[in-house]
Amino acid sequence: MTDVTINAAPASPARSAMGDMWRQFRAHKGGVVGLVVFTFIVVAVYVGPFIHTVAPNAINIRDKNQWPSLAHPFGTDNLGKDMLAQVLAGGRISLAVGITAMLLALFLGTLVGVLSGYIRRLDGPLMRVTDLFLALPLLPLLLVIIMLFRDTLRAAFGPETGIFILIVFVIGITSWMHTARIVRGDVLAVKSQEFIVAAKSSGMREYRIIIRHILPNVMSSIMVSATLGIASAIITESALSFLGLGFPSDFPTWGRLLFDGANFLQLTPSRVLWPGLAISLTVLSVNYMGDAIRDALDPRTLKR
Amino acid sequence: MFTYTLRRLFFAIPTLLVISFVIFALLDLAPSDPTGDLPLTIPPEVREQIRASLGLDQPFLIRYLKWLQQFFINEPLNILESLTGWQFGDGERMRILSWATRSPVVDLIVQRMPQTLWVVGLAYLFGILLAVPIGVISAYKQYSIFDQIGTFVSMVGYSVPTFFTGVLLIVIFSSYLQWFPSVYDTNLVVNDFSSLMAQIRQMAMPVAVLALYNASQITRFVRASMLDNLHQDYVRTARAKGVKEKAVLLVHVLRNSLIPVVTVIALGVPTIFSGAIITEQIFRVNGLGQLLIVAVQGADIPLVQTLTFIFAVLIVLFNLIADVLYGILDPRIRYD
Amino acid sequence: MKKFKILLAGTVACMALSSSMAYAERGTDGDLKILFWQAVSTMNPYLSGGTKEVFASSMVIEPLARYDETGELVPWLVTELPTLENGGFSEDMLSLTWKLKPDLKWSDGTDFTAEDVVFTWKYCTDPNGGCAQAAQYEGITNVEAVDPLTVKITFSEAKPYPYSAFVGAQSPVIQAAQFKDCLGAAAPGCTSANFGPIGTGPFVVKDFKPNDVITFEANPNYRDPAKPAFASATLKGGGDAASAARAVLETGEYDYAWNAQVEPEVLAAMMAAGKGRLEISFGTQVERINLNHFNADPALGDKRSTAEAGPHPSLSDPAVRRALSLAIDRDIIVEAGYGQSGRPTCNIVPAPETVASTKNDSWCLTQDIEAANKLLDEAGWERGSDGIREKDGVRLSYLYATSTNSVRQATQELVKAMWAEIGVDAELRNASASVFFGGDPASPDTFQKFYADVEMYTNNFDGTDPEKYLAEWLCDKMPSPANGWQGQNIPRYCNPEYDALVGELSRTADLEKRAELSKQLNDMLTEEGAHIALVHRGDQSSFANSLQGVRMNSWDSQVWNIADWYRAK
Repeated sequence: MTDVTINAAPASPARSAMGDMWRQFRAHKGGVVGLVVFTFIVVAVYVGPFIHTVAPNAINIRDKNQWPSLAHPFGTDNLGKDMLAQVLAGGRISLAVGITAMLLALFLGTLVGVLSGYIRRLDGPLMRVTDLFLALPLLPLLLVIIMLFRDTLRAAFGPETGIFILIVFVIGITSWMHTARIVRGDVLAVKSQEFIVAAKSSGMREYRIIIRHILPNVMSSIMVSATLGIASAIITESALSFLGLGFPSDFPTWGRLLFDGANFLQLTPSRVLWPGLAISLTVLSVNYMGDAIRDALDPRTLKR
Repeated sequence: MFTYTLRRLFFAIPTLLVISFVIFALLDLAPSDPTGDLPLTIPPEVREQIRASLGLDQPFLIRYLKWLQQFFINEPLNILESLTGWQFGDGERMRILSWATRSPVVDLIVQRMPQTLWVVGLAYLFGILLAVPIGVISAYKQYSIFDQIGTFVSMVGYSVPTFFTGVLLIVIFSSYLQWFPSVYDTNLVVNDFSSLMAQIRQMAMPVAVLALYNASQITRFVRASMLDNLHQDYVRTARAKGVKEKAVLLVHVLRNSLIPVVTVIALGVPTIFSGAIITEQIFRVNGLGQLLIVAVQGADIPLVQTLTFIFAVLIVLFNLIADVLYGILDPRIRYD
Repeated sequence: MKKFKILLAGTVACMALSSSMAYAERGTDGDLKILFWQAVSTMNPYLSGGTKEVFASSMVIEPLARYDETGELVPWLVTELPTLENGGFSEDMLSLTWKLKPDLKWSDGTDFTAEDVVFTWKYCTDPNGGCAQAAQYEGITNVEAVDPLTVKITFSEAKPYPYSAFVGAQSPVIQAAQFKDCLGAAAPGCTSANFGPIGTGPFVVKDFKPNDVITFEANPNYRDPAKPAFASATLKGGGDAASAARAVLETGEYDYAWNAQVEPEVLAAMMAAGKGRLEISFGTQVERINLNHFNADPALGDKRSTAEAGPHPSLSDPAVRRALSLAIDRDIIVEAGYGQSGRPTCNIVPAPETVASTKNDSWCLTQDIEAANKLLDEAGWERGSDGIREKDGVRLSYLYATSTNSVRQATQELVKAMWAEIGVDAELRNASASVFFGGDPASPDTFQKFYADVEMYTNNFDGTDPEKYLAEWLCDKMPSPANGWQGQNIPRYCNPEYDALVGELSRTADLEKRAELSKQLNDMLTEEGAHIALVHRGDQSSFANSLQGVRMNSWDSQVWNIADWYRAK
């Protein structure tokens, strides 16, 4: 079976493989719903501000703590800022941070996990580095990173992009270890199975074995890590701004809106409802898309 | 496997030494200062004197070596003395003193253990006990109502942060219903039925918040891993042989699905020791998590260093346990 | 028994009416439950100068004299206040003599004597001790016990205002017998003494769990046999300000929660439960925006905010400084972030009343966008295409730093919006309080380094005399790399006239003249725009409705009169 795949892959155009995957994906009802919801959220946060044209950080203290109305569909906060505009603006940052940071953590984690699981010589050193990163106290680490790099990045990329790069880097660099350990465990189990041995004895190159055989078989764990990763990246970002390490305070993000709103739970519940819902919906939709992608990539489901 | 374990244990010593040095260097580099939260009315000269009295004016390496000596020689000897009643030397050993409280760090940690184990430990246990069956059923009946609800609850449970769920529970159960206290009493001694009830009442909310979070995470891994294995050839073979469905599921599939689950749990158990910072803050459990965060904010380096190092030891230990368990769960995995 | 209770309740009600507690009995009101959202780390205020430690320890150990809620000094462990009139304070202003109350007992039953007072001075001034309250004992050459009930303090030079050592919650008297082996470098090792000091106050420590919970019992040897009304007290720590206020105001689990620094509308919603009330008092805390008088351009690297960097390109213009102040609507800032616990102010010395100036209130307290715009127009700052003013390539765009705290971030946003109206832009930044106030010379984010154009925080002065505080704006107190960034003149304000006036204040003994000079100095700082004073901040704490006898105090510990607290029946 493995030989067939190897020989077939270069011959058939890539498009049809992609087409196969897309057909598989479409067959997955949850995946389609997830894709629709996710697309809706992305479109909403990018196009929404052109329809709802209130500026997210326009302060109007006389309209503070309002419940939803026509002028303010999501109500206002305690400085009279429009919540809908803030949720939309916050979404742009949170989605960007959540997805990029998750991808970075996933890439690092998968790389370390696969390398240490597959190559025995690297296992010891890489896993000890993982242990080190797991043990490092997060807060002092963040303080040091911010102290060392913030001003350099601000000078090079401007205050906003600089902070964005810094935050994505900080979250990515501090959250890859779980993925690495999980992927390594899976790789250890997979690499002793017969088809890998077969592929090896057929003279297949190591990196091709990893990409063709190992990765698809550890995909489900990676996908779970990815979904959970987005959620924790969005929340971690809010924790960073709460500690004064994140975006400037006039940059709303979903996590921050939720945090600031928690004390106003009884006064204006819509302040926590919408950001909370936005985070949950994003994570749910990514989760279902992840399920569908995994099914689409799974060679066994393909065969059915 | 035995020699592998021994070798790993041996290598753990230099690893931990390196980790302890990196942590110490990191803490030293961090810009927070032990006099940072004092009122501004205290003048700079006095602050300088306070720093000197804490030993901050000594060179970095000296401070690190002192800590090493205190942690690896003085404290173990003290514990031995108090356990056995023997006397080593004159008993006048410099212990690791916290800068903020000026009391021995080990005593502080011992003081915080009960509430941390009660709340964070129990929540982790509940999380696992909930997650494994839910994950198994969700995978076995993929896309059933049970699976859909399970997915929804676990995803929302994971994506809504504890700083929000905690406040929500307090508003509902402490303010409106008045069922549970919002403040955890660490002085409560459980010695009869009514105090046990009081303990359960004050634990209910923090344990619920944390258990939901832990269960959400573990369920996802159990489910995904079960799904992977349910479609494997050996499952079909087992079924074809006429093995009972229950046995197929629990003996064959679950056992083979446990590798990622073991990894996640092994990563999670040490975090019980580091406590649950946000949940402990909200409910004022004041366990190890609160101890750590207060120490970090107050730049209490000896305390942070000791806590983090014990945490590191647990991480190394549990990752080793996980590696050994891999070999038991899947005999094909060999490290030699 | 029940009848007796009803009777007692009736008596208490009567007494509350006549506002006299003389007939109450010690320990009849059960447990007093206190919540501090920042946990207490030690009971020795000399080892930790934090407000929470000072407050908690003031339930146990006491000073010779302290401030009441109006800022008046009241004799506490002494028979009377030494003054020039009664001869306790010598004519040459070089010595002060305290007469201790007779028959005072420590909680362990031993006598409280002048030797204990002398010991306290020795304890805090030991060069190896790192005493956090050393500043209280500054300028003292000797403290001696003339007889068991008389203490004489000698100063190195004439001290017009001598009440600092052994006055107020920051410098209480500790027991010589308990701390005799804890001098200097040995101080931190005395854990049991530091956690459970023997005192003269209404309570004694029964159990101390650092950074968690303290249990107190009524002091059996307290000087007033009828007090305290509570048999015990529990002081729980940890959490955040909002949930602490909730535990008193909404769920009613606690009697007193310190420092309810929460948005006013959230507090109002909690108060709707009808279980508690807020008490507010005002001391000398002022939230201010410091304007950097030196250039803070990041391109200058390590020279930023030092004399080498030269004057600030735009903030050195008095018109800009005045306009920035005029543009701010202080009422809105108070309404959004402080409610009853804040008052708009333009003074850096807002209290006590005798030294608080009103000279600049007329122009400064009301927002005047028009006047601010006019001022900037006249000074040649023209609006650019993006609405931000500029002159000779210098834009009015500022980096605005502060510490992380939800009220401060809201204030930052409000000020940014107000400045936008006069064509001034601001980039907001906040740093964790432990970094911002930490003073680590390696960090770029400390308030002393001031690597920003403007920065906001609160400061105050101890006691009621502002001399030392006003001396912080002297030219030679600027933080710089040479002094390890340790000066207190954060805005880098420098005016020889000001320096001369401070010198005059330090030589003046007459109280009225001192007040006059203090006002002048304060007005100078406001008029020349050393900083923009925003809000006179009060202390706000929540109390259960049943807790009575509280006299909220900003000049001393909030629990200064805890012996008089009682529970309404």
